[in-house]
Amino acid sequence: MRTTLSIIKREMSGYFGSPVAYVFIVIFLILCGFFTFQFGDFYNSNDASLRAFFVWHPWLYLFLIPAVAMRMWAEERRTRTIELLLTLPVTLPQAILGKFLAGWLFIGIALALTFPMVITVCYLGNPDIGQIIAGYIGSFLLAGCYLAVGSFASSLTRNQVVAFIICLVICLFFVIAGWGPVTEALATTVPLSVANFIASLSFMYHFDSVQRGVIDSRDLVYYASLITFMLSATSVVLTSRKAS
Amino acid sequence: MIQVQHLVKLFGNFRAVDDITFEVQKGEVLGFLGPNGAGKSTTMRMLTGFFPPSSGTAVINGYDILKDSLNARRQIGYLPENAPVYPDMTVEGYLKFIAEVRGFTGSELKKKFERAVEICSLEKVLPQTVDTLSKGYKQRVCFAQAILPDPPVLILDEPTDGLDPNQKFEVRRMISGMAENKCIILSTHILEEVDAVCTRAIIIANGKIVANGSPNELRKKSSLYEAVTLSLDNVGAEEAKSAFMSLANVANTEVLKEENGAIVIRVLPSGGNVIAPAVAEEIRRRNWRNTQFSVEEGRLDEVFRNVTRQ
Ligand SMILES: Nc1ncnc2c1ncn2[C@@H]1O[C@H](COP(=O)(O)OP(=O)(O)OP(=O)(O)O)[C@@H](O)[C@H]1O
Ligand SMILES: [Mg+2]
Repeated sequence: MRTTLSIIKREMSGYFGSPVAYVFIVIFLILCGFFTFQFGDFYNSNDASLRAFFVWHPWLYLFLIPAVAMRMWAEERRTRTIELLLTLPVTLPQAILGKFLAGWLFIGIALALTFPMVITVCYLGNPDIGQIIAGYIGSFLLAGCYLAVGSFASSLTRNQVVAFIICLVICLFFVIAGWGPVTEALATTVPLSVANFIASLSFMYHFDSVQRGVIDSRDLVYYASLITFMLSATSVVLTSRKAS
Repeated sequence: MIQVQHLVKLFGNFRAVDDITFEVQKGEVLGFLGPNGAGKSTTMRMLTGFFPPSSGTAVINGYDILKDSLNARRQIGYLPENAPVYPDMTVEGYLKFIAEVRGFTGSELKKKFERAVEICSLEKVLPQTVDTLSKGYKQRVCFAQAILPDPPVLILDEPTDGLDPNQKFEVRRMISGMAENKCIILSTHILEEVDAVCTRAIIIANGKIVANGSPNELRKKSSLYEAVTLSLDNVGAEEAKSAFMSLANVANTEVLKEENGAIVIRVLPSGGNVIAPAVAEEIRRRNWRNTQFSVEEGRLDEVFRNVTRQ
């Protein structure tokens, strides 16, 4: 546990020690605001909620989180620092978890910095605070899924750009698998139950259900298993390829 | 302290390390020699738990690297090849991170940190980020990282690579200074380093151990060991040669130089026998004028070439 903490600390100082972190946060905040107010119909919806804000998160994350995750393992392998890290008294799961949690915390911080949104809706109307909290929790869990995919993608290669693209493609798959138009199109070719099953594997399916303000245990199980699966896959890949 | 038993590492079908067995005791500094690609780094990576052996195992200070990998790693300070240190960290941040991961906290952490900084003279570069350091300093930061926990075992992959002569000397002095109550394995391509710091050397070639002994024992394998080189100036080369060849235990004679009637000649013994007294006696008996007379100790570079030649 203490070992994992030291790794989290190091990774965090890595994020904030480079300008990339601040650039990321600024871009995230600007895009959040831009999409919410330009396309989200925030004012005209006459609805004191943050739905117009959260609805863009899966799409923003699609590009921003691969950028956070891409260096996670690719860079360790490229600079060979992985050899030192994994010959310290650190287990592979501790290292993977430490890096993952640090990235998640970092994104959590970026997410927390969107609090002016909350203040705005509270000022303009009487929002359902429970729903807003659920929205944030759902968005944070979603970010965890993207990041876990990113961890896996980053373990596959020593090249950060390749890691970025692999992560984006896998995440895109998980997003559009549950996107309304895709599910409808699928339903015309395969049985409805299959189409629904595919949709239920998607990030969107579970994201939407959390955005409605209810945190169902099935959604939590989904997020937890997806993250666990992706981190285990990272471990399998690193075990076999860390030296090559 | 370290028992290595039948270590094998396969990369695909290629046997990078092929059944290596040896032991290292406390107080020993073991030099790992071998041509490029011999399998030195691969052996070290298995000992330090970076990847598991294809077969065989090793016991580090009582802990098996397969069954008790974490405890085995706690015994080892490791300096990998090319000193891979996080480029975006400061030297201070990096060494403190290492101390934390090694399980030190509070004043204990501070003490270990300060000790490592002092031994490696890193005070000046503490606030600098690693990617702004010169190669030698980076190597020293990585060395500091290895000795920081004061581990019973040190495994150093080319610790003096890229250092200037002064720094090389410093690092060797540090290694010798710590050798007494540690068990140290280091790899090197510098044969003089073996004489300077190693109590024993292992030469590997193509993944196999081809020689194992103290520097002096290895030198005895040299064909030059106990050879006598001498110069004579009042006798012909042929006459001298046949005189020396008739002595007991002489395998061969070579004329190294011949000018103005003076010759330099080398007399090689058979089987490393001592021939110098007999040669001297022969010169005196024949009243030859001898100006130079030296006995060879044997050369590590020659032994190295002989045992590693395919
Ligand atoms: N991850 C790997 N995959 C495939 N082959 C490898 C791998 N690592 C090492 N090898 C091969 O194993 C052999 C031994 O390599 P190793 O790095 O142990 O040599 P070395 O003795 O340290 O050489 P050097 O003196 O150049 O450092 C080499 O032929 C190398 O190409
Ligand atoms: Mg090597």
